[in-house]
Amino acid sequence: MQSTPLPKNTVLGRFFEPPGIGKMSPGGKVIVYGVLFSWSAFVLFPLYWVVVTSLKLPIDVNAGPVYLPWVDFTPNLHAWRELLVTGLGKTMKPYFNSIVIALLSTSLCALIGSMAAYALVRIEYKPKFGTILLFVLAMVAMAMAVGVAGVDWRLAAAVAGAIFVLLARTLGRRFKRSVANGDILFWMISQRILPPVVTIIPVYMMFQNLRMLDTHAALILSYTVVNLPIVIWLMYDFFAAVPIELEESAQLDGASRLTIFFEIVLPLARAGLAATTLLVLILAWNEYVLALFLSTSKAQTMPILVAAMNAGEKGVLWWTMCVVIIIMIIPVILMALVLQRFIAKGVLTGAVKG
Amino acid sequence: MPSVFSEWLDRQSRHLFIMPAVIMILVFSIFPLIASAILALSRVRLRAGGYKVTFVGFANFKKQIFGSEQFHFLGTFGSISLLAWAFTIAVGALLIWWLLRYLRGPVWWLGLIGRLIAAAVLFGIAFMFAATLLSGTQIGTLGVTLFYVFVGCTAQFAIGLGLAVVCAQPIRGRTFFRVVFFLPLMITPIGIGYAFRMLADTTKGPFAPLWQMVGLGDYAWVTSPWAARFFIIVADSWQWIPFIFVVLLAALENVPRDMVEAGHVDGASHSQIFREITWPQIAPVAATVILIRVIEAFKLVDLPNIMTAGGPGIATESMTLHAFFAWRAPDLGQSAAISYLLLFVTVVLCVSFFNLVILKHRSAQG
Repeated sequence: MQSTPLPKNTVLGRFFEPPGIGKMSPGGKVIVYGVLFSWSAFVLFPLYWVVVTSLKLPIDVNAGPVYLPWVDFTPNLHAWRELLVTGLGKTMKPYFNSIVIALLSTSLCALIGSMAAYALVRIEYKPKFGTILLFVLAMVAMAMAVGVAGVDWRLAAAVAGAIFVLLARTLGRRFKRSVANGDILFWMISQRILPPVVTIIPVYMMFQNLRMLDTHAALILSYTVVNLPIVIWLMYDFFAAVPIELEESAQLDGASRLTIFFEIVLPLARAGLAATTLLVLILAWNEYVLALFLSTSKAQTMPILVAAMNAGEKGVLWWTMCVVIIIMIIPVILMALVLQRFIAKGVLTGAVKG
Repeated sequence: MPSVFSEWLDRQSRHLFIMPAVIMILVFSIFPLIASAILALSRVRLRAGGYKVTFVGFANFKKQIFGSEQFHFLGTFGSISLLAWAFTIAVGALLIWWLLRYLRGPVWWLGLIGRLIAAAVLFGIAFMFAATLLSGTQIGTLGVTLFYVFVGCTAQFAIGLGLAVVCAQPIRGRTFFRVVFFLPLMITPIGIGYAFRMLADTTKGPFAPLWQMVGLGDYAWVTSPWAARFFIIVADSWQWIPFIFVVLLAALENVPRDMVEAGHVDGASHSQIFREITWPQIAPVAATVILIRVIEAFKLVDLPNIMTAGGPGIATESMTLHAFFAWRAPDLGQSAAISYLLLFVTVVLCVSFFNLVILKHRSAQG
């Protein structure tokens, strides 16, 4: 079907007429570059404002807006000095906490998550439906005993565990219906729908019981669980793309599953692993809600420091806060540069194919 | 050298691979989920060295939905206007028509139950908006959360798709624009919250002269409910449009070039090519990216907490923030009840979207 949207002999028609296939008309160019530059401005201006504000004295901020350093105000490094020289100890602790927690939880998450994703691609699991139901009932009973009846949690866990094992061994043979790998995968990924606030109160009580509140371990474990579904979801597709012939020939040579996984499959999927790790790292680095509940001082992370810094009587200290925002971007950009060479083009399409 | 241990390890590898993930999820997600359900059905009192949990049934939920906390969760219910009644009836009729249409085809009992729950939730939400928003009273945290999710995600998807289409054109400086467009994702949401608070300040912010020029010099965003909500969506979009953009751009680049060129040769217009060739190719990715974004938007908490602390009043409080305030009060039972309500709404809407949009699309394609 031939259709000409605009008559070709008018000026306007020629303005929007592409000179050839795969090229843009002059009018199209104006629109495209207009959109690109205005969006760039929308993205970059807040960042510019943050950088400029970090160089201002309080008076420059409070007296109304000034825009250009050296033109309408004299840049001053007082905020940088306050955070990185005089108050270094106070800044470094949460910074260090954030780095430790983000790195460890991301590594743990990538390891556990990719092992589970690989297992779901290559090994067939058939847990019985009835056994799962029994386990959930045992957990409900344990939670009731601990929460409402006030039984010691160790005792409750031991009894619930024993009853579950006993019933699973005896009744378990009769169960017929089982769930497949696809169901397990869906169950794991669907954990991401769970808003963290639903589980955080019991998790808080659990860590309180174990005297682990405000420790690195508590944050590392809870961040790992929150990000696990993302790793499993993305890595599942990457592992599914690894040709099975390589693994089969390694198996014939007598390699164990662990060797095959760590020495053949994981290196082949490193592009995907790098992209996934970067994403999880950014999420862990910026995490706010779990840290808000689980850390107070010792394990305080950067996002909490930022919020706490401004809750004081002096109001928001815009200048120091801008410095904090900038020093929080730096490690992310460094990690992106380090991981960037592993991330091949099109990684995201492979992972998010509908 | 195969030792006894490594042989044992190899035999157990089947469990070794998956068990760490399963145990982590069971201990830190499923067990807390069960415990949280118990808390939601109880009154929790702090006691020296622990808690006293008393079972109270659905009292916490009743308080949120019908009782003294109704204004906070659902909104202030006044007299319901004529428009609101008309809207409620229209939505109800639409839902009944949808259910009847399903009943005419092959019916699967689980599908029917799912549709009934989805229809009931949608009708409840419609009535809630009709009784508050359309009757001129304040909406509660449920309405605010849904506003963030639907208005925010729609705007983000539209803009993200537009930018991806523009960036997929043969342009110069492609790498530069991509890096710039990607930047907001790397910035901590807390930082974004403060940065946007600075930008929106009408006396000290960069646009202050502009505000003064239009006579809004001492207008404060944070005192007007809708302006504050809008302002949080702008900050949220600034951060999340890049995500949608990156994924959709990757999808657009995977559309076979020869199909598009064949369309051009046949004289199809740009909009025809997009509608008939490009969109069907990227629709599955688009649906997935919307689902991911909607799931995360339901959890929004940092921006409202930083930018407005939920204010003015409760106008910008999301449900997660509502649960956090209840936890801090400290009223653990109420907090657990609110988070369970959030979970319920999230699961019903996301599962409906997955089943009715994504799966349907997939089966239509395959």
